Amino acid sequence: MKVTRILIWLPLALFAILLVVVATGIVKPGDRTIHSRMVGKPLPAFTLKPMVANKPGLSPQGFREGGPRLLNVFATWCIPCIAEAPELMELKRRGVAIDAVAVRDTPGDVRKFLARHGDPYARIGDDAKGEVQLEIGSSGVPETFVIDGQGKIAMQHIGAIRRDDIPDIMAALERAK
Amino acid sequence: MIAEAGLAALWIAAALALLQLALAVTGIRFDRDDLSAAIRPVAIAQGVLTALAMLLLIAVFTRSDMSVLLVAENSNSMKPMIYKIAGAWGNHEGSMLLWVTILGIAGGAVALFEKRLEPRTLTATLGAQALIAMGFYAFLLISSNPFARIWPPPADGQGLNPLLQDPGLAFHPPTLYFGYVGLSVAFSFAVGALVMRDVGPAFARAMRPWVLGAWIFLTLGITAGSYWAYYELGWGGWWFWDPVENASLMPWLAATALLHSVTVLATRDGLRAWTIMLAVVAFSMSMIGTFLVRSGILTSVHSFAVDPERGTFILALLAIYIGGALALFGWRIGTVRAGNTFELVSREAGLVANNLLLSVMLGIVLIGTLYPLVAQAMGVQLSVGKPFFDKTVGPFALVLVALLYAGPLLRWRRDRVQAVFNRLTVPIAIAALAIAGIFVLAPRAGILPTLGLGLAAGLAAASVAPLWKRDLRRTPLFTYGMVVAHLGVAVSLAGMASDSAFTVERLVAVRVGQAVQVGPYSVTLKGLKPAVGENWSAIEGVLEAQRGDGAPFPMGPQQRFFSAPPTVTNEAAIKTVFDGQLYTTLGDADGQGRRQLRLWWKPFVTLIWLGGGLIALGGLLSLLGRLLRETRSARRARKRAREEADWGEEAWT
Amino acid sequence: MKAKHQRLTLGLLAVAAIVGAAVLALSALRDQASFFYSPSDLARDHVSTDKHIRLGGMVVTGSVAKLSDGVTTRFAVTDNVDQITVVYRGILPDLFREGSGVVAEGHLAPGGGFVADNILAKHDERYMPPQVAGAMHKTKSLDK
Repeated sequence: MKVTRILIWLPLALFAILLVVVATGIVKPGDRTIHSRMVGKPLPAFTLKPMVANKPGLSPQGFREGGPRLLNVFATWCIPCIAEAPELMELKRRGVAIDAVAVRDTPGDVRKFLARHGDPYARIGDDAKGEVQLEIGSSGVPETFVIDGQGKIAMQHIGAIRRDDIPDIMAALERAK
Repeated sequence: MIAEAGLAALWIAAALALLQLALAVTGIRFDRDDLSAAIRPVAIAQGVLTALAMLLLIAVFTRSDMSVLLVAENSNSMKPMIYKIAGAWGNHEGSMLLWVTILGIAGGAVALFEKRLEPRTLTATLGAQALIAMGFYAFLLISSNPFARIWPPPADGQGLNPLLQDPGLAFHPPTLYFGYVGLSVAFSFAVGALVMRDVGPAFARAMRPWVLGAWIFLTLGITAGSYWAYYELGWGGWWFWDPVENASLMPWLAATALLHSVTVLATRDGLRAWTIMLAVVAFSMSMIGTFLVRSGILTSVHSFAVDPERGTFILALLAIYIGGALALFGWRIGTVRAGNTFELVSREAGLVANNLLLSVMLGIVLIGTLYPLVAQAMGVQLSVGKPFFDKTVGPFALVLVALLYAGPLLRWRRDRVQAVFNRLTVPIAIAALAIAGIFVLAPRAGILPTLGLGLAAGLAAASVAPLWKRDLRRTPLFTYGMVVAHLGVAVSLAGMASDSAFTVERLVAVRVGQAVQVGPYSVTLKGLKPAVGENWSAIEGVLEAQRGDGAPFPMGPQQRFFSAPPTVTNEAAIKTVFDGQLYTTLGDADGQGRRQLRLWWKPFVTLIWLGGGLIALGGLLSLLGRLLRETRSARRARKRAREEADWGEEAWT
Repeated sequence: MKAKHQRLTLGLLAVAAIVGAAVLALSALRDQASFFYSPSDLARDHVSTDKHIRLGGMVVTGSVAKLSDGVTTRFAVTDNVDQITVVYRGILPDLFREGSGVVAEGHLAPGGGFVADNILAKHDERYMPPQVAGAMHKTKSLDK
């Protein structure tokens, strides 16, 4: 009988639909990180005044001389930034030059943060309204960019740097030379 | 050496699974019963080897052998022994091994104990079981070897995520796994029955203990998970309709339906195709559940380490097993003779209605859980939460409860409506009185909670009604099981309804010394003090609670600061008394010298989990009752056979 | 009733149940699913006050104020184009900070503004909800 035949195969058809629905979640994975559209492009023009008294501020010129550098976007109110602080110190120990954009922060907080969690930075720019952060394509803190010797963004690392991310970052710095 | 031995055991077990499948296929294809006979020892050996592999993994964890990568990543020599053991399965590789182990032991148990089933059907069942196991062996051995070494070994391990160092979490996942794997055995039985076109009472009786066992574990897992979320999240809620929670609820709904339909098949040889279909659905729900949790494609309040690659693998297995089983169903079911029929008013019809309602609820939960995925694929961001599920699932659950009044009191095959109502006079009267009473005394309780409380009161009476006028000593244990489980539903429902109808919540900012009234309690903030744990520091609110003129007692809700990973959690302080719980959490300072407090008085909320426990206990009684009856009748049959043989001998001499 | 007919009836019943569940679920989803809006979406689209929605954006620095009861918080949420005032009664999650991202669940108030019944805090290594970041990037590219 016809109806019976349809009924018999209906479960398989429904399952196929279900499978397609679930598979879309994999094909379009819930990748919740927003990648910068600036990767591969030169840094946009900006000037950030110094955040703390004893370190210079930040502008793209600083990235056009010498070798590749890291640009770390951080904030003292961001808990993951505390978690990645030891890893940044480790990178500094390996001879990596690191600059920073301090997002929506105050000099006092930054001084305390650096005294407590270590100071891996050569320069720190004060991005009081988070404008430069958006400008370079960072949507959150912490994020870390690898900038090659010509001031071009070579790589973006989203989220806190963990111990096992260090080899990737070192490799990216090597490639950017 | 231990790790290598474990790996070797796994490889041999995988080879045995392949052999098991080959034996089943050739045995059935070429009618070689001698080959089929060999399948039992193979399945038993496979079970023993997987158990050995799991024990060896636990051994490397207890010895803190840091040269094993998995141990180095997930354990630490300073950890308490219980978490070292739990660490063996508290990670992806270990949990996959646990899954395979339970699967292997279950297969061995089927081979060892299953005596009623047609030998060919058993062979086909064990073949299907081997096929399922092989998929997981492949996953384990190719991409997630738990015994991989690391060189040089680190001085010490990285430890287990501190938030996972909780006895509840150490034993929660294995509980659910037992449930999932039990359903996979039911699935194998269904496939075996389809292959041999042998869908009948013998098959149902063989499958039933596995369904019951799986269902008991799922019930316990869901109940424990609900309580964990209740006290750990500090939000005062006990069910959030979170994808991870739904992932455990969906197999439970399917297993509950299967449990009831398999009884029809075992007792009355009805609902043949239906039961097969439910067995397939139940296992597919456990796989979809695992997939949703492991792949992390849905955002959830419970954060898990997730990996799309692993999700893809589970999805592929899902497609092969369930797609294959459904194709087999379409191909074969037309040639399976339809079972016995029944009248519109009968126990069978009641159980069909139960199954239909559970299927509708399952369908709604499934659609609600997956809808955000579909929307995301179309570029819309949305979330589906409690309001949706409460409004759609709630009414069906109440209808199901109403049906539960009549179900156990209906006779098999044919009954009369009038007779059923006569048997239900007392429960219906109790329910009506309770609803009227609540409506008068607490008019603002809301419609669904009022109905829920009334129905629960009546259901308590209705569920013990099957024992009415029976010789209690001669009543079989599984009847008690049913009564206890249904009573559990009433108890749990009463707790849920009471929580949503009568909960009192106070959200206030208070100075030290100030008192707040919440329900029957007066809670005073006496002060704040620091507290320190192994990996956290906290601010603890020093509260003093007092009920009327009773003795005051201290409570200490905390705001905890964890260092790794850096998080702040609200640790609720809960006081349980006979008629409810006082639930307190500590908030921030408000900047004017006051501290935020969130207090709940939740009357009879504990009934929710007590009911869950009763439901599981009922399942256990049923399982024991069934097994007891099986062994008794088997012994009787053996005795009769022996007597007949003796007789023959006597006649001979 | 013959066995075959009963089987057919049961099959049709099952299909009816599944279809019923699907229809019910999908129609309820139309009202109950919480869509995600940014402040500029809310300024542009008309959203009914009884609809439960999610609002995402950044908490405007300096806008957070505790009302006198000590448990109600008022703050402004922006996506750098428009901004909207949010009122929330409850304990704020630990990730809630001025200048950082937030997702508020609730509904629009009849007199304007947004009444949140829940502020979402996922324990995430990222401080900004992805929807917010996505929306901000969109508005940013629209500016240019």
